[in-house]
Formats: sequence, C-alpha cells, structure tokens
Amino acid sequence: MSFSRRDFLKAGVAGIAIGSFPGMAFASSELVKKKGQRVVVVGGGFGGATAAKYIRKWSNNKIEVVLVERNTNFISCPMSNTVLGGTRTIDDLTMSYSTLQKKYGVKLIKGEVTAIDPDKKTVMLADGHLRYDRLIVSPGVDFMFDKVEGLDAQVANESIPHAWKAGAQTVLLRKQLEQMADGGVFALAIPKGPYRCPPGPYERACQVASYLKEHKPKSKVLVLDANPDIVSKKGLFMAAWNELYPGMVEYRPNSMVLGVDVASKTAKTEFEDVKADVLNVIPPMRSGVVADMAGLADVDARWCGVDFLSYESKVHKNIHVIGDAVSAALPKSGHMATSQAKICAAAIIELMGGKQPDQAPVIANTCYSMVSGNEAMHVANVYHFNAEKMAMVSAEGGGVSAKRSELEGAFAGYWLKNILNDVLL
Amino acid sequence: MISFRMLLVVIGLGLCSVAQAAGVDKHARNMAASCSACHGTDGYSEGGMPVIAGMDKKLFVITMKDFKSGARPATVMHQHAKGYSDEQIEMLAKFFAAQKRK
Repeated sequence: MSFSRRDFLKAGVAGIAIGSFPGMAFASSELVKKKGQRVVVVGGGFGGATAAKYIRKWSNNKIEVVLVERNTNFISCPMSNTVLGGTRTIDDLTMSYSTLQKKYGVKLIKGEVTAIDPDKKTVMLADGHLRYDRLIVSPGVDFMFDKVEGLDAQVANESIPHAWKAGAQTVLLRKQLEQMADGGVFALAIPKGPYRCPPGPYERACQVASYLKEHKPKSKVLVLDANPDIVSKKGLFMAAWNELYPGMVEYRPNSMVLGVDVASKTAKTEFEDVKADVLNVIPPMRSGVVADMAGLADVDARWCGVDFLSYESKVHKNIHVIGDAVSAALPKSGHMATSQAKICAAAIIELMGGKQPDQAPVIANTCYSMVSGNEAMHVANVYHFNAEKMAMVSAEGGGVSAKRSELEGAFAGYWLKNILNDVLL
Repeated sequence: MISFRMLLVVIGLGLCSVAQAAGVDKHARNMAASCSACHGTDGYSEGGMPVIAGMDKKLFVITMKDFKSGARPATVMHQHAKGYSDEQIEMLAKFFAAQKRK
C-alpha cells in the first residue's frame, strides 16, 4: 500500500464527513483521500494494468491513478495453454504489480468492488470507498454457469476446471492430465462465440495432444465445439492436428455442452452423453459481473457498448470500459485489451485537460498460438476507427500465418516477454 | 493596461504553445503504442523482436513499404504493414526515430 497509516487515518476522518450520501447505507471511510484529478481503474488484467500505467506515463504523473485488483499477482492468460503442454509453469506467467506502484506511482488497492455509484462518482469496497473523476472498468469475462446444468464455480474449482482464467485451475487441469491413464479421453468443450481468445481452445487441444503424444500416446483429445466450425485459424489448426497428432484429436462441430454429470465426468450435448477421464468445459462468457454494478452491459445483457474514441460507456458518462468486456468487432485478446487501454488512457488525459481525444485511433492485434512445444502460428490485423460506423473496422491485408513454424514459436515467446513488460514494468 | 497577472497568463500561453510544438504527435504516439506488444514499450524490445526505437526514419519507411509490397518477406509484418497508409507509416517512422537509442 502506497500511503501511510497516518494518511489512512486522516482519510478515515474525511470519509465519515462525506460518508452518509444516499445509496450508501453506512458511513464508510475513504480508502485513499482524493486530492487532485483521479482515475480509478477496476481490474488489473492486461487492459486495466496497461491503462493505469499509461495514464501515469502519458500525463507525466499529473493524474492520480488508483488500481483496484482482487488478486495478489498478475497471471498471464496468453500462453497459459503451454502449462498444459508442459513447456511453461504457472510461475513463468506470474508477475508482481509492484513496479506499477514503485516506478509509476499507481496506488494499488487489493480488494473487490462491491458497488458503483455513477452519480456520486464513487466505488465501494468491503472496507471503504474511493472517489473518482473518471472510472475505468476492465472486468474481463465471467462465466455463465447457468447455461451448463450441473456446473458451477465450485465444481470448476474442484473437479471440472475451465482453466479459462490462468491460475489455480490451469494447475489443476495439468495435474488431472498427469494423473490420467494412457488410453484416456480428454474432453474439451468450447462455448458459442463470442468468448475470450477465439483460437485459444484449439491451441489447448494442440497443447494437450502434445503432452499426450509424448507421455500417453494411446489417449485421445475430444473437442466438443458449440460452434458450427473452427472459429479461428481453421486450416492451420487442422493441419497441426492431422500432421503432428494424427488420430489423436477428434473434432465434433455443433456440439454444445448443455450439462455435466460431475461424478462420472460426463458431458451432455443435445445428441449424446460423452464420458471423459478429464473433462474441461469452457462455459459461455459475458463481461465480468462488475459491469453490472453500474448496468454497463447494455448489449444482449452480456457485453458493454462503448464510444471507440474514448471507450466511454454508452450507459454512463465518466465510466469507461476496456478489454474483453467490450462489445466490438475486435478479437477478445490480451493485445487488444492493451491497445484499447492505451486509446482510453490517451483520451482520458485529453478529456481531463478539456481537450478533444484522438479522432482517428488505429490499433493492431497479433495473436500467436503454440501448436506444439516449439511451433506457433499467428493471426494479425490492424483496426481503424470508422467515423461513419462509429466502430473499429479491420483494415485490408491482415490474416494468418502461411504455415506453423519454429520461428513463430520463438516470436510467440518474445511477444509474451515484451507485452508483459509493456503492461507491468 | 495589462495587469501583472494578465502578463503571466500571456507568457504562460506562449510557453504552452512552445511545449506543444516541441511535443510528440499524440495520434502517432497512440498508433505506435500498439506496436509495443511485440517491439517493446516505445520500441525498446527486450526479447528477440527487433528494437525499433531510434531506428532511422528512412530505413523504417523503406522497410515497411517493402513489407507492404511483398519485396521483403516476413512472417507477420507484411500483414501489419498493409494496415497503414503511406502517411501513417511516415508518422510511425517519425515517432520511433525520435526515441533515443539505448
């Protein structure tokens, strides 16, 4: 924590003085006393951490930034499938938030937001509140467990992990893979899009197959895809499955998993029951539920509509939404979240200075998928703001790799190093 | 008659416009910021990806145009290069050339 106990006590006194406004049932303490212009960022993933850093960097530290994050460390979701394959550990993907504080002066609050009051420009936490001039909500995704009968957050934590947020569930899934007997079935259920990281599930099938090929070659990866076809990099994934893991990966399109039997590890689709030895169900997704605290998910009650010049919410002024939670024709990727965060950060600095933000933002996305221990392929696109459509539109010329390669496998590693540095160091 | 305070404001405005003129083109900066996932913050790559901070403007423009035309083969850069107009490539070149070599 970047403020002293004395500051904290002073803040407490100030909090009591203003703590009785409507909507707040009790007098709460102001966690960090607001002095000048302040942005509060909720969520320290790729989007939120980048926004926090870049507001400090580009405002020459003039704007105060308070970052609220519930986890102690940052864990990268990109490349976390390689933990299943065995070429990385979760520790390799874990970074501290401390540099954001030490080098950039971002004030870190470890905790969860419990309420947002857009009128009072205040967010509530369990032990107090924070006032803001502008709020950035970077909530990532949450899972719609109610769409898969028998599945809930506890089941996912204990026996049928989705492992779609890197961390304990990634480690559990790897452990289940290690404990599976040779000849077993690893079943992977993919939800209907849009979901976080479009090529991610197919990359996961590759990483699991890579492990099985080496250690349990009689085993099988069964992919139950709710979508009618492979969503991303189709030809490249099919080539990888056929050439690297012949006979090992079985792909079934239009196979939406509607329920599970936890005890027998059975996945139920409309057409069949599939018994697995390791069951990995990735549930349908929506914007992180923090968005609902200010009613920000205005698109299908799932995703958040924004103005692409500033990422300001279509629902509330002075609240911005970035990353996977945004409703856009943009891939839900780590690189996209950082790119959106920078446009948002730049816009907020201009708006706070009474100026107009960049009217023609251009952002890029490069997304690598590791298909074996050392080979990768990519999809890359540049997106321009289109003033008529008021949307980000893909430029001509983007696309995927000609073929998978070791060179791109190396590039994927360099990408990870540079993007993590860019977000956190 | 101009008061002392007014004079300060006038001088202040003058300084601001000087600072503005010497400052970075924010549109170019914002555009360049998307490159950092691979090439590092402000082009200072720390992995194996090429460092583009401090790259000579002329070399940047020629390289990007060669990626764009296909004259120079690439795994990914031909796809990115096609996403930018020649004018935007010039802006990116100017931004990265202005970063000091480390």
